[in-house]
Amino acid sequence: MALAIKIVIVDENPVRAVILADGLNEAGYRQVTHIKETRNLLANVYAIDPDVILIDLENPSRDVLAQMFQVSRVVKRPVAMFVDQSDTAAIEAAVDAGVSAYIVDGLKKERIKSILDLCISRFHAFARLQDELERAQTALSERKVIDRTKGILMKARKIGEADAYTLLRKTAMSENKKIAEVAQSVVTAAELLK
Amino acid sequence: MNEDQLRIGFIPLADAAALTIAVDKGFSAAEGLAIDLVREVSWSNVRDKLNIGLFDAAHLLAPLAIASSLGVGHLKMPLIVPMMLGLNGNAITVSPGLHEALAGAAVGDLADPVSSARALARVIAARRTRGEEVLTFGMTFPFSTHNYQLRLWMAAGGINPDEDVRLVVLPPPYMVDSLASRQVDGFCVGAPWNSLAVELGVGRILHFGCDIIARAPEKVLAVRANWAANRADALSRLLRAISRAADFINTPANLDEVARLLAAPNRLGVAPELVRSTIEGRLRRAIDGPVLAVPRYIQIGRDGAARPDPAHAAWLYAQMVRWKQAPQSIALLDAAKACFRPDLYDAVFGETVEAPDLPPDRIGAFFGPPFEADNISRYASMGKAPLWCV
Repeated sequence: MALAIKIVIVDENPVRAVILADGLNEAGYRQVTHIKETRNLLANVYAIDPDVILIDLENPSRDVLAQMFQVSRVVKRPVAMFVDQSDTAAIEAAVDAGVSAYIVDGLKKERIKSILDLCISRFHAFARLQDELERAQTALSERKVIDRTKGILMKARKIGEADAYTLLRKTAMSENKKIAEVAQSVVTAAELLK
Repeated sequence: MNEDQLRIGFIPLADAAALTIAVDKGFSAAEGLAIDLVREVSWSNVRDKLNIGLFDAAHLLAPLAIASSLGVGHLKMPLIVPMMLGLNGNAITVSPGLHEALAGAAVGDLADPVSSARALARVIAARRTRGEEVLTFGMTFPFSTHNYQLRLWMAAGGINPDEDVRLVVLPPPYMVDSLASRQVDGFCVGAPWNSLAVELGVGRILHFGCDIIARAPEKVLAVRANWAANRADALSRLLRAISRAADFINTPANLDEVARLLAAPNRLGVAPELVRSTIEGRLRRAIDGPVLAVPRYIQIGRDGAARPDPAHAAWLYAQMVRWKQAPQSIALLDAAKACFRPDLYDAVFGETVEAPDLPPDRIGAFFGPPFEADNISRYASMGKAPLWCV
């Protein structure tokens, strides 16, 4: 079922925009446009003439959209409402997730709610994904430092790889530090003594 | 003394100085406050996070605090202003091309805003005859003194700001780029962005904000009304810390340190010299022009600048009515005035001495009748229609 609602996503993060657009497509919203470029934002938004605008809170251009509440020559279709005054919980959830919605046309409340809910869950999903990616990257770089440290210890103390790792682990335990931290200081020290 | 945890949002602008210095110089810690300062990218974010309680307090555009309290333009959330963070600090900057056109069209001194506004009207008329694109001016938010100062200036020249030009909202950090790339022909923005445009040679300061409004209510410390009631003690300590920071800023011997602290990447993220000259009011209009002393360019906590003035709130509400952002009613006028709370300020600091050179109507607009805080109908009815012929 295709839903005849035009949605614009304003997000400088292309990955998050895709995640959100996919979610909206799956929910039956076929007319979803992603605006990456925030120059001439208002003009671009009006060219599309959307019913709903979703924007991430890291975007300084969010204030540009505040102009849609005004009645002026620049604004063709003033924003009728944000979300109803009674929906403060929805707004809190959205701000917490890092997204904001502007409703250009008088859409039904349930429809807005479903779009906003979807948006919030996709933003959370993206945050989790980013978190996992960061952790994976940290683990990878820690792995590299530990490998380098093992090499330095094996060479300096003429020991095998297993012994080098044991030495590293014991030192970390006795100093109450993470293995990666001790490894980093060994690498730093080795650089200095070069 | 209990350690109170506060989260406070701010936008990187020179008038966040008293707030950030209160934290960075330890004035807030001395008051037993552990403040987490959160740098935000948009006024919408600051407002929303304050409204829903993610922030305890915020550095906010004065008219936005009133709009929020009145439920104008967005959801209604009663906010109060127990202290001003800054008066003035804006400027109207135009591209070198527009400056040249204005100089050519001006009768009289271009530094006089009446002359420049009339010159702008002539430039607009000439462009219209030639079928050229309308001029575009950037401002920071619909509910901002930047918007109102531009409109007041233009209206003095008989220009209808909603028809004869295009006024667009631009985030302050994008202003200079937009002027350089000719997306806008001019803008009104806070410090230090005008001076940055001058330094880069992409703009000329046409008017300092204080030439348009002598005493413009610019940024406030805003808190939710119910928060102020529940956390009265923390609020008093916060006001004292900010006041000490303002005194520190206004001591010339501290200016190097103030500039260095404010210039930090997590604060304003600009060159310390730019911060220093802004606070001192030493500014150039053009890159090849002389350095001018503009003592009233920005006022942070000096000459009574920190005490909220309900007349200022009334004036801001009158702007909203005049430019069709808010309906006109006595109830809304009273509600706007009630947002500004000199009583809370006086409870902490005692009776303060007013500045000796206050404009008689406490606003000091360069044009139009004196402002009457208790009778805005005459003022508001000026509307958009050009009142004075070019």
